[in-house]
Amino acid sequence: MNYIANPIAIAIFLAFVGFVLGMSFYFARKARSAKNYFAAGGTIHWFVNGIAFAGDYLSAASFLGICGLIATMGYDGFLYSIGYLAGWIVALFVVAEPMKRLGKYTFTDALDSTFNSKGIQFMAAVSTLTVSIFYLIPQMVGAGSLVTPLLGLPQWMGVVMVGIIVITIVATAGMTSTTYVQFLKGGLLIIFSTVLSIGVLHKGLSTTPREETFVPREINAQTAMAGQLDDFSFVATITDEKTGQTFVKLTSDMVLEAETPPRAVASWWEVEGTKLIETQAKTVTSAGEELYNGAPKKAGLFKSVGRVIELPDGQTETGRLGVFKYFSTIQKSTIVRYPKSAIVSLNDSGDTVTLYRPQVTSGEDLMVPGQKFKIKDGMGKLNFISLMMALFFGTASLPHILIRYYTVPSQRDARKSTIVAIAAIGFFYVLTLFMGLGAMTLGVIDLGDGNMSAPLLAKSFNIVLFSIISAVAFATVLGTVSGLIVAASGAVAHDLMDNFLNIKMSDQGKVKAGKISAFVVGIIAILLGIVFQGVNVAFLVGWAFAVAASANLPAIIMLLFWKRTTAKGITWSIGVGMLSALLIILTSPSMYGQYGLDMSTAWHRLDNPGIISIPLSFLTLVVVSLMTKKQAAVTA
Amino acid sequence: MLHEPAPVSEEKDNASDWKAKLGIKLFWLYCVIYMGFVGTAVFSTKLMKKPVLGGTNLAIVYGMGLIVFAILLGLIYNHLCTKKEDAMNLSGESK
Repeated sequence: MNYIANPIAIAIFLAFVGFVLGMSFYFARKARSAKNYFAAGGTIHWFVNGIAFAGDYLSAASFLGICGLIATMGYDGFLYSIGYLAGWIVALFVVAEPMKRLGKYTFTDALDSTFNSKGIQFMAAVSTLTVSIFYLIPQMVGAGSLVTPLLGLPQWMGVVMVGIIVITIVATAGMTSTTYVQFLKGGLLIIFSTVLSIGVLHKGLSTTPREETFVPREINAQTAMAGQLDDFSFVATITDEKTGQTFVKLTSDMVLEAETPPRAVASWWEVEGTKLIETQAKTVTSAGEELYNGAPKKAGLFKSVGRVIELPDGQTETGRLGVFKYFSTIQKSTIVRYPKSAIVSLNDSGDTVTLYRPQVTSGEDLMVPGQKFKIKDGMGKLNFISLMMALFFGTASLPHILIRYYTVPSQRDARKSTIVAIAAIGFFYVLTLFMGLGAMTLGVIDLGDGNMSAPLLAKSFNIVLFSIISAVAFATVLGTVSGLIVAASGAVAHDLMDNFLNIKMSDQGKVKAGKISAFVVGIIAILLGIVFQGVNVAFLVGWAFAVAASANLPAIIMLLFWKRTTAKGITWSIGVGMLSALLIILTSPSMYGQYGLDMSTAWHRLDNPGIISIPLSFLTLVVVSLMTKKQAAVTA
Repeated sequence: MLHEPAPVSEEKDNASDWKAKLGIKLFWLYCVIYMGFVGTAVFSTKLMKKPVLGGTNLAIVYGMGLIVFAILLGLIYNHLCTKKEDAMNLSGESK
């Protein structure tokens, strides 16, 4: 898609970011001590903390990633909503109050409260850093995606921008400003997502595509390939080796707005029986030029996709729909989507051509699991169960969520703020279904970046709504990244430097060390955000959950509920859980794709490590604790 | 608003054991229903297609139901815990 910066969008965006930064500087004056910097002084009101929890949690993965996945994959995207929310049950019923009781500044404090073990201090700090960095990647990717349509800037500039703003926020005020930024943005995100969802239901469903939506043309194959068409000239046919599917390259003379005289614009067509069906094509020429449907991006030939081609009872338009009627109508409709699995990559005389092909899917199939997760085969089942397990157990293990329990005055407040969070987050997750399906049926999906589905859905309503939603989403990223960087800087300054290395620092020295750590982590996040451009952010967060659940959850649970747990048991469990999850992820088919290697040559076919790494971490804790029980007793 | 350190560590809660037990029971209740969802999705996808509420299929209703149920359980848990805390902490009872 071609994105042109809009002055209204820029004005709203800058005003919002300016306000957030102003708030940050205001609270900076109040954050002088270490407790203020890392835990906001422990006096945040439970309701503010609850909405801030929601703000922390409803990151780029939720708003951009889940909506994008639902828009492209249907119900499978909603599985993330269900899993993310279910994870809060573990947080509320098992972890919230004990963590508050045991901790001081960080999650490591809580784990180490009964042992004072150097091993725990080190491993828990490393785990906090690892999980925070894994969680930072999708946030930065999301930030880059947002800035492109909003300000007309390239993706990497968005990533750098977020990095700089967040480092400024965190380096000035720490947890207090982060909490209020999260409160503000969490509240706004829910309000404007509600507006967007109501808009989707109000618009209903229609088989008439929007002007901006791509509708493939069909022409007679024989006539086109014989060069008998007035509008097109036949160039070549290429057969894709993997699928055996044949594609035809045609050219047509076109006068592009930005260019004179007319230039030959290439288009790619899929052979289907006696017909040629038009695809959308991205070409990277051997000289490095990027062409979209045969022309530079600014020509605007590359269009958004997704539409309804058949409604029940032969209707062409439904008008306004109620909640259940909306779902049941989609179930009975037929929809055209452009899944990744239908993408074909060709080599055209040295040029790399990526073809996006339409796939007609029944609403009945779209509204149940199975489009992304191939649950019909054994490995698909395992991947699915593994993901749902990681999502369920991951929430209660995320360091930036855990540290929020230390920002309220009491255990009762920790519990109440968790319930406010569950209600706010649960409500938002129900809305993701409307926003995702709305993007799918209203034809606003950007083929290059599915993460933009929700903001582009807002754009299809009006530019002001788009600007506000994008500014809020950007603030979402700012807030979440701030929280993560506070957690990571706490791990370095408090857990590693102060506790583990025993570097004696004054209170202000600790804050300074935290700020320097925030700067370094911020730079790492910027670099990773650029590397992982274009990958679905909900999918990336799934990995962060898996690493968190594998490294931290067994240690938390067993410390709270198994009296034989020893310091070495916890240390080994964190290490084994974290390393096994990382190893499985780094050797997974998805990562092979990221390395630019053939995915089928990956070490294994498991994309989600939880089903192996979580039980392995539990087992390690039990075995090592039993082995070191005597030693612990003697030491005591 | 001031942001001074709160006296967290001194907090004494006589109801903490009772709350922990209740939390575990409710966790298992939710866990079983969640596993039911995952199991149905994996092993009986056809069942997920069945319309159950206003023409909406089981997948949507079960998924949304899990979200709503989490909120309800949270509210119930908070109500019971608050009641117990008030009773046990005021009377200084510890069980």
